[in-house]
Amino acid sequence: MDSAQSQAVRQRPVLDVPVDSRALAHHTAAEHSKLASDLVFDVRDVTVRYGVHPAIRNVSLQIYRHEITALIGPSGCGKSTFIRCFNRMNDLIPSATVEGTITYHGQDLYAKGVDPVEVRRRIGMVFQKPNPFPKSVRENILFGPKVNGMEVDADEVVERSLRRAALWDEVRNKLNDSAYSLSGGQQQRLCIARAIAIDPDVILMDEPASALDPISTGRIEDLMRELQERYTIVIVTHNMQQAARVSDRTAFFTTEVEDEASDFRSGKLVEYDFTEKIFKNPSDRRTEDYVTGRFG
Amino acid sequence: MAVSTPRRTVHDTLAGLERGRRRKLKERAFATVLFTLTAVAILVLALLVVDIVLDGFTRINVDFLTRYASRTAENTGIRAGLTGTLSLMVLTALVAFPVGVGAAIYLEEFAPDNRFTRLMEANISNLAGVPSVVYGLLGVAVFVYALNLGRSLLAGALTLALLILPVIIVAGRESIRAVPLAIRDGGLALGATPWQVSYRQILPSALPGMLTGTILALSRAIGETAPILVVGAVFSRRADNEPWYFMEAFAALPVQIYNFVSRPQEGFKIDAASAGILVLMAVLLIMNSAAIVARNRFSRRY
Repeated sequence: MDSAQSQAVRQRPVLDVPVDSRALAHHTAAEHSKLASDLVFDVRDVTVRYGVHPAIRNVSLQIYRHEITALIGPSGCGKSTFIRCFNRMNDLIPSATVEGTITYHGQDLYAKGVDPVEVRRRIGMVFQKPNPFPKSVRENILFGPKVNGMEVDADEVVERSLRRAALWDEVRNKLNDSAYSLSGGQQQRLCIARAIAIDPDVILMDEPASALDPISTGRIEDLMRELQERYTIVIVTHNMQQAARVSDRTAFFTTEVEDEASDFRSGKLVEYDFTEKIFKNPSDRRTEDYVTGRFG
Repeated sequence: MAVSTPRRTVHDTLAGLERGRRRKLKERAFATVLFTLTAVAILVLALLVVDIVLDGFTRINVDFLTRYASRTAENTGIRAGLTGTLSLMVLTALVAFPVGVGAAIYLEEFAPDNRFTRLMEANISNLAGVPSVVYGLLGVAVFVYALNLGRSLLAGALTLALLILPVIIVAGRESIRAVPLAIRDGGLALGATPWQVSYRQILPSALPGMLTGTILALSRAIGETAPILVVGAVFSRRADNEPWYFMEAFAALPVQIYNFVSRPQEGFKIDAASAGILVLMAVLLIMNSAAIVARNRFSRRY
């Protein structure tokens, strides 16, 4: 830190230390020098607005291949908004705008001419609430390959996807039953299997276990560890133990008051590092307060 | 605490009970009034139906259903009206359903949120309230003359299709809106295009609601007299002029009943008219039942 900056810091109350997330991101990237080819997403200075208000502001971070990256933080800090940038799901909200750049294997995701449909084919997503289609288990799996015009051996894809999602043994005799006849945990694993069926590169998970009981949650966490072998995973979670248990890196977001008068808040990246460092030796006091349970 | 909250006395409690009793009495009186109003409505309807059944039931037989109109009340039949109404119904549905469903999908899934879209939406809602005779006049101007279809079955069907289109669009949009957002997101997140999501997920889920809306709208349409009378439905038709020649003149049940009623002879005015009304009501009942069956059969749970 140069002297001008540290002076600026000294004049402010401790909790209000401005964190330049750009500088932070460069810092972490240098520290854990990874091969450039392992870089899946490079997020630079991304701000997402709903209308004029930013939901998250100036976020920069890198996501690496075959890692599980957890996004944690209090409600309203923009984690879900942020994760939806990776597969351009925010495009579907008319008032949402994304500023800054996100590159995916070096290619600008938001460049003109990039088809969001193509993006979503490579970058799968699992949602907070299990959302199987009102069809059979088998049809749920085959929907992705069908709409993407993939010529596949249907039986093989169904079995392989369900096996990878650790669901095969439970549903092998129920392939033609309605997906709604499965339990909540099974439905969520079906949604993961459905995402796997189109063989994506990245799987985004937006609080995939928040609607599930502890046993189903444990299953999903084990599954994520297995899936890591083949896929890169980004997960949003409210559950800090979950982040600590499954992820390789953790990004801590928080809310910051944007406008005193209206108490409007926007989300901000506070710290991004190896999960172990975030939970054992965080650099920022706000991170420490959050992970130790003193806040949020 | 400096000031303690005043305790309820026994007296207060009893007063409260008294008030409760009075409230209950009021409630019961209100329920009785409502029941009476409902009963009056049902009773009038029942009287009407009973009266028509008594007058018309004996007049219904195979001859009545299969004969064309005759000069004498004993020999007259409603073949022309019945076949005309049935083919009007089919043709109207064939035109109105795809157009209405398409418009509903467009407005819900694809239309940008701008002034033009809002203008269209407001107009569709307004069209649902336009008197049916106005649609008849529109049908005469556009289909009969401008498109030169003449006073034909096709012109009649197109006019009725226009009449029920707003209802189908509104019902269609409602049932599309009832499909959970999570289904859309799930489809799109798997790399489906918005069209694929509409076609493969939303349409199948919304179809029962759309069918119900369409059938109910249709049953309103076939009871309509004014628009098809204006377009030029005829009362009698030559025997060699079957309704599936849809560029030819057509008859319809409501028009035929209207004609029966306006004759001086009792055989027409009372017997034949009542019988015709019974047949029309039977057709309507069958259609409404079909709507219920369709809804139960195709509906999906979430």
